[in-house]
Amino acid sequence: MSPTKNIDCRGLACPQPVLQVKKALDSITEGAIEAIVDNDTARENVSAFARNAGYSAEVKKEDQNYRITIVKGTPVKGEEAGSGKPAREEVAPLVYFITSNILGQGSPDLGQVLMKSLLVTINEMNPPPLALLLLNTGVMSACEGSPVLEQLQSLYTRGTIIIACGTCLDYYKIKEKLKVGRVGNMLEINGYLVGEVKVITVA
Amino acid sequence: MVDDPYLFGQIAAANSLSDIYAMGGKPLLALNIVCFPTCLPTEVLGEILRGGADKATEAGAIIAGGHSIQDNEPKYGLAVTGLVDPRKVKSNAGALPGDILVLTKPLGTGIINTAAKGELAPEEYIKAAVENMAALNKGAAQLMAGYDVHACTDITGFGFLGHAAEMARASHVSLEIWAGSVPLLPGAMEMAAMGMIPAGAYSNRDFMTGQVRLPEKISPEMTAILHDPQTSGGLLISISEKAHQALLEEMKGRGIPAAAVGRVMEKEEILIDLT
Repeated sequence: MSPTKNIDCRGLACPQPVLQVKKALDSITEGAIEAIVDNDTARENVSAFARNAGYSAEVKKEDQNYRITIVKGTPVKGEEAGSGKPAREEVAPLVYFITSNILGQGSPDLGQVLMKSLLVTINEMNPPPLALLLLNTGVMSACEGSPVLEQLQSLYTRGTIIIACGTCLDYYKIKEKLKVGRVGNMLEINGYLVGEVKVITVA
Repeated sequence: MVDDPYLFGQIAAANSLSDIYAMGGKPLLALNIVCFPTCLPTEVLGEILRGGADKATEAGAIIAGGHSIQDNEPKYGLAVTGLVDPRKVKSNAGALPGDILVLTKPLGTGIINTAAKGELAPEEYIKAAVENMAALNKGAAQLMAGYDVHACTDITGFGFLGHAAEMARASHVSLEIWAGSVPLLPGAMEMAAMGMIPAGAYSNRDFMTGQVRLPEKISPEMTAILHDPQTSGGLLISISEKAHQALLEEMKGRGIPAAAVGRVMEKEEILIDLT
């Protein structure tokens, strides 16, 4: 695939290179863009942006500059040019939609044990999920006294976005007890559900 | 990040006053240092100075005068003199193995600032970061005076780990830092994931290479936040384990978002062990 768009980010100060790349990627549905940056901050930030947005990025050093190729849309297969290593197959980032503080119907005690077990297991995944969306009693998991707070905090430090439904926190009067993640609204939560992600519902 | 000159003045003053609080002192006198271009209306300068004056008043200090020069970009800060009982001076050199480390403000101002420049940060993130920067460390300093505190420093340009490492070096100890317990500004992680990481965070990180043990489970974004240069950051307090709960409770009661973020260890080869 030949690059469809070139962006010259040399001489631009942070955060301009990322913004230029984001703009270019937003303007195409599929294809590659090639960005040239001239410093390490821009190289790391553009790579971080691409990685977290679910695109593949490849960096090549050229004299004083770095050439970053970012591919959007089509999964990358086979060999990454130059690296000799098989490319990671693109998988949609995972989003867990958690609507309860216990897992499954039946005994609440068992449900709590299962929820903890699930979150411990999720914690062992590499990469960690993109986001956890907490709704209804699910928000209690991120609040003070939650038996799974440690697991959520660990996911959070590994980069998982944790969003707790504000209406739910208000309803249960526990907004000030939220210990990890942040308050979000339905618009934002729905934004994740309809995005280019794989949604797993935990109820 | 801050377009409002009154807020800018407040943040600059809170930042300047912080050193006095970090040493356990009370600000007494301050001198304005201001650079200002001729092309901007003088009302802007007036607002900046009003912000500084209001913060100085809140701190109980008097602005006794100052110095102004013409410059291309507006700059503002204060030279602050404070008062402290010499027997009660808190330095960064007294941390003892077994102490608990308490951080009094969330991290991420540099990242939110970068995202704000890129117009990617939602209003709520900016608002939280600005309030955080404008808050004085006065309450935290007053409360820690009543406890068995062995060392203190404030978190600014070298980032949380940079200033923590300074404390470890000066105290001849190593620190265990609990990354999962470090308080973060809303949106800091999200904006870091979008690549809104200031160059300073990378240079701080590179400077600390070999001094920090970094387990794989800690994401590059979290690492960037731990190295993110802070404007008007919180105090990092090394306090006896026995006393730390009471201090945290009291801080919570005063609305200070403090948290226990680590433990002081006997000196090891590595300065900071992240867990």
